Amino acid sequence: MSLRIVVLAKQVPDTQNITGQAMNEDGTVNRAALPAVFNPEDLNALEEALRLRESHGGRVTVITMGPPAASQVLRESLYRGADETILLSDGPFAGADTLATSYALAMAVRRIGPYDLIFCGRQAIDGDTAQVGPQLAEKLGLPQITCVSRIDLVDDGSITATRSIEGGFETVRAPLPALLTITGEANDPRPPSSRLVMTYKHADAELHRPYDDSYLDPEDAGAEVCMIDRHGRPVCRARIVLWDIEAVEARRDQVGLRGSPTRVKKITSVQLFPGEAMMVEPTDEGVTALVRELTEEHILG
Amino acid sequence: MASTDGIGEVWVFVQVDNGCAAEVSLELLGRARELAAELRTTVGALLLGSRVTSLAEGLIQAGADSVYVADDGSLAPYLTQPYARVISQLIRERAPEIVLYGATTTGRDLAPRIASILRTGLTADCTDLRIGSHSTKEREYEQLLYQIRPAFGGNIIATIISPDHRPQMATVREGVFRLPVPDSRRRGKIVPVPVALPAEEFSVQVISRSLEEKKVDLKGASIIVTGGAGVGSKDGFALIRELADTLGGVAGATRAAVDAGWIGHEHQIGQTGTTVRPKLYIAAGVSGSVQHRAGMAESARILAIDTDPHAPIFSVAHYGIVGDLHEVIPRIIRAYRSKA
Repeated sequence: MSLRIVVLAKQVPDTQNITGQAMNEDGTVNRAALPAVFNPEDLNALEEALRLRESHGGRVTVITMGPPAASQVLRESLYRGADETILLSDGPFAGADTLATSYALAMAVRRIGPYDLIFCGRQAIDGDTAQVGPQLAEKLGLPQITCVSRIDLVDDGSITATRSIEGGFETVRAPLPALLTITGEANDPRPPSSRLVMTYKHADAELHRPYDDSYLDPEDAGAEVCMIDRHGRPVCRARIVLWDIEAVEARRDQVGLRGSPTRVKKITSVQLFPGEAMMVEPTDEGVTALVRELTEEHILG
Repeated sequence: MASTDGIGEVWVFVQVDNGCAAEVSLELLGRARELAAELRTTVGALLLGSRVTSLAEGLIQAGADSVYVADDGSLAPYLTQPYARVISQLIRERAPEIVLYGATTTGRDLAPRIASILRTGLTADCTDLRIGSHSTKEREYEQLLYQIRPAFGGNIIATIISPDHRPQMATVREGVFRLPVPDSRRRGKIVPVPVALPAEEFSVQVISRSLEEKKVDLKGASIIVTGGAGVGSKDGFALIRELADTLGGVAGATRAAVDAGWIGHEHQIGQTGTTVRPKLYIAAGVSGSVQHRAGMAESARILAIDTDPHAPIFSVAHYGIVGDLHEVIPRIIRAYRSKA
């Protein structure tokens, strides 16, 4: 059986590797100076999708929502073998919380027709909320399997997956279509293919409404066959399709800041400065004196 | 659910693990009690499962005024959709002001689904909850729930509100609030909730579940030795464990070390792991992100060992050693063994 898999990816500031250049003078982080990266667990989601396509056949479609620069995660997806990519980008989408994001993504997913699976990363490193996956599943009326560390089986009409739960694992089966959120434990994502980097490094988002995937059919007049896959079949050049609010027919009062129930009341930047610790020399004498002090205070037994 | 008239109850979803109420749910009942006192309202506990009614008394002792019990054979084991349907239905009927969930795998699976059904706000992984006001050009808001959490890799602390939508919902990590002392004099009422769900809500089946006994008791440990990215390798963690064993403590880890696969997730300390308050906390090769500090800053004594003198961990430490943990830790082990 061939599988149509949708992967939802997010471009995020690289909060895991903060260097001196991204610090303000007051010891807070300059968020604007952080490099933008492919959210790590979304890469795991893409990898699971690509592996299933390799074993079952089908198509992997990657959708992201964000500013125009977010097309970079779609190029990165194409470098790894995605078949089809869509950038959801428009002013009214800006400032969305997780609920408004899930609504906009649901409207985009509905456009592309029948699908078997939706994969998201479990959570994004900028907010760590893990909310958009379940919220989207509800909007689309799909069963969800969150925190998936292994996909065991996809057979006729169902998926079996193992998820991490407190203190162990649980294996569950859901009918297709279903939404899964994938953790970093699931796989090691493949690196970009140099051949695909050459093919897509200049790819840019182009507005195409309404949805039309005929360019992915090698027989179609609009298709541009750019390579032959390892089974000898022609591969059509993918596009980065740009969709605005009109393309997905989303309601303006449900997207972006307007569609978001939550508001950020206050943000306090955390100062990363040394405080009043008593410094101990890293020598045998220093360490011995410290152990003695902690023992005298009955902190060490 | 846009009504903000009158103050509804403060509710806590009670997670049932192996027939017991999860600790985080009891901690939340304790906090809900305080929030409800400030709002002059009452506390409701949501108890779902099969043969769970006997747990209701303990929830009343922990702080609930009412326990809404959906006790039905179809509600065990936990499944997202049936739970989300039952709870969102009950929320629609009784219009609580606030609903809190533990930020466990279950809570984080369930709460967003309910928020999406009700189209209300939800804040993940709060490290504090308070009541406060808010004003905009259009109107003044009183008695909102301030949902306080680190974001952006812990580099900012954000206060989130949901001014116009009810209920206000948040997930909170285990260990953030103190476990309430059970009060056997408290009285409350048990409200049975009928369960009638269509078969399509049960499309997901649990095939097997393997629970390992929790071998690591971070919350109960009086000494914790935590390794971070500076440990450098899986083999490097042997040194962390050796120091922990020598001092009679338990090995902890930062998210970076867990994500790198050097040690299991059950050892993780911080906002996305366990929150701890040991007598002595030794952080080795830990830079000290806010999320990590949120999980350990209340330790009685903190010793930080790191090569970078500007690492933020030193700002919460009582003792600091600037040096390579691979050299310093063997010295501590020697000094400890030779003191006797």
